[in-house]
Amino acid sequence: MARIALALGLWLALVGAAPIRLITQLSQARIEINTTFRGSEMLVFGAIQYPQGTVPDAPPDIAVVVRGPSAPVTVRQKARIAGIWVNATGVRFESVPGFYAVAATRPITQIADERTTAIYEIGIRNLQLSPASGADDGISRTFETGLIAARQKAGLFTERSDGVQITRGVLYAARIALPAAVPVGDYTAEIHLVRKGRVLASTSAPFVIDKSGFERWVYVMAQENSLAYGLAAVMAALAAGALAALVTRRRW
Amino acid sequence: MDIYLPIAEMSVNALLIILMGGAVGFLSGMFGVGGGFLTTPLLIFYGIPPAVAVASSATQITGSSVSGALAYWERGQVDLRMGGVLVAGGLVGAGVGQIVFSVLQDLGQIDVVISLIYVLFLSVIGGLMLRDALAALKAARAGQAPPARRSRHLPWVAALPWKMRFPGSGLYISPLAPLLLGAAVGILTVIMGIGGGFIMVPAMVYILGMRAQAVVGTSLFQIIFVTAATTMLHATASKSVDIVLALLLLLGGVTGAQLGVRAAQKLSPDRLRLGLAIVVLAVAGVLLIGLTLTPAEPFALFEGA
Repeated sequence: MARIALALGLWLALVGAAPIRLITQLSQARIEINTTFRGSEMLVFGAIQYPQGTVPDAPPDIAVVVRGPSAPVTVRQKARIAGIWVNATGVRFESVPGFYAVAATRPITQIADERTTAIYEIGIRNLQLSPASGADDGISRTFETGLIAARQKAGLFTERSDGVQITRGVLYAARIALPAAVPVGDYTAEIHLVRKGRVLASTSAPFVIDKSGFERWVYVMAQENSLAYGLAAVMAALAAGALAALVTRRRW
Repeated sequence: MDIYLPIAEMSVNALLIILMGGAVGFLSGMFGVGGGFLTTPLLIFYGIPPAVAVASSATQITGSSVSGALAYWERGQVDLRMGGVLVAGGLVGAGVGQIVFSVLQDLGQIDVVISLIYVLFLSVIGGLMLRDALAALKAARAGQAPPARRSRHLPWVAALPWKMRFPGSGLYISPLAPLLLGAAVGILTVIMGIGGGFIMVPAMVYILGMRAQAVVGTSLFQIIFVTAATTMLHATASKSVDIVLALLLLLGGVTGAQLGVRAAQKLSPDRLRLGLAIVVLAVAGVLLIGLTLTPAEPFALFEGA
C-alpha cells in the first residue's frame, strides 16, 4: 500500500514537473530586400505543448521578441550655440539592436514583474543598451530615452500588448511588422511562455534579412570593389550626360 | 513607385526623386548652373543620409555637366589650359576636402557644418546676384546701358609670380590664382556635393577677370573632372555613393534641363538672374530656419564606431 502511494506520488510529481513546451515556426527563414522592398511582415506562430495534453482553463501569456543585429550607437543631444543648433554632448551605447519588436498577449507590466522582464529583456524599457562607462546614470537615462524615442519614431522599436493571439489555449501567432528601414543581418525571434509571473518555457528561431539580387550586387560591389564601383558610377553618369547631349543635338 | 536604394538603405518614391531631379534640372537649364546646391539640401530634406546625399549628388553633377560642356566645346568656348590648371587645383582641394569630411563625420557634426556652409555661401552669392540683377533691371527701366562690368582681374592676382598666357581666356596671369581657386572649390565640392559653378563662375569673372565667353564652358569642363574625382573619393573612402539614386536624379535632371533651356529663351537675362538670386536666397533661408528653430527631435543618432 505504501509502495503504491509512493509510486503514485512520484508519478504525480513527475507529471507536475513535466515542462510545458513551445513549438515555433516562422513564416520565412529569410527575408530578401530587393528593389521593390517596402517593408515586410514576419509571422511567428506555433503551439503550446502541455504536459499530458491537458489545456488549462486560463491560457498562459506569450511574449514574442524579435531582435535585429546589434551595433554601437552614439546619441548626441542638440544644443544651441550662438543661435545655431549643433550636435553637442554625446553618450555612446555599445549594443543597440537595429530592430526590436515585442508582441504579447497583455501589457508587459501585467505579465511579469520588472525583474523577470528585465532578465529576459522583454519590453523596450528593459533593453540593456550598455551605455559607455563613465557616463552619469541619470544623464545616460535621458539619452537612452532619446535613443528609444528616435528608434520608435522610425518604426524600428515597437511594442504591442495585443500582438499575440492565442487560439483554443494551444496555438499562438504574432505578426511582426518589419519597416522598409530594417537593417540587414541576423535576426532572432524569441518566444517566452509566462504564467503567474514566471517564465516557464522559452524557445527561439533565427532568420536572416539580406539584400538580394540587384540591391545585393550593388551593395557588395560598393563595399568590396569600391574603386571599380566608383569608376562605374562616373562612367554611368558620363554616359547619361553624353546621351542627353546627343538627343538634344538631334532635336535642334 | 517605390524603389529601395541599396546604399542609402531606404525605400524612396522613385517618381518623387525623378521629379526632384527634373525641377533642379529645369532651374539649371534655365540659369546655367549645375544645381548641386539645390539637390543636396533637397535630398537631405527628404531624409536621405547627408553623406549619401552629398556623394550621390556629386555623381549626378558629373553627368549633367557633360552635356553642357560638350555644347560649349563645339563652339570653342572651353579654355583647356585654364581648365587644366583649375582641375589640378580642384583635385588637390578634393583630397583636402575628403580629410575634412572624415574628421567632421567622426565628430558627428557633418550635417550641421554642411547646412552652415550652405547658408553662408548661398546668402553671400544670392545677395550679390540680387544686387547685380536689381541694378541691371533698374538701369534697363531708366533706359540706360547696363553698368559696364569690370574685366580686369584683382590687383593681388596681378601681383602673383610665374605669369603665363591663357589665350582662350584672354589672360596673362600667374597660374597660382586659378590653382588656388580650383582648390577652394574642390574642397567645397567634396563637403557640399556641389559642382561649384555658382561660386566658380563669379570668381572667374570678378577675381580672375576671364573673358566672358570662355567662363561657363571652362567652369563646366572643370566641374566634370572634379566631381568625377569626388565620386571616386566618396566611393572608396566613405562608400556612400548611391548609384541608383544618382541615376534617378540624372533621369529627371537631363529632361528638366532641356525644358529649362527652352523656358530661358523667353526671358531676359536680368530677370533670369533675379529669379536665380531669389531661389538661392530662399534655399539659404529655409536652411537657416532649420538650423535655428528648436528641433522636433532633441537627439541625433550616429550608428557605428
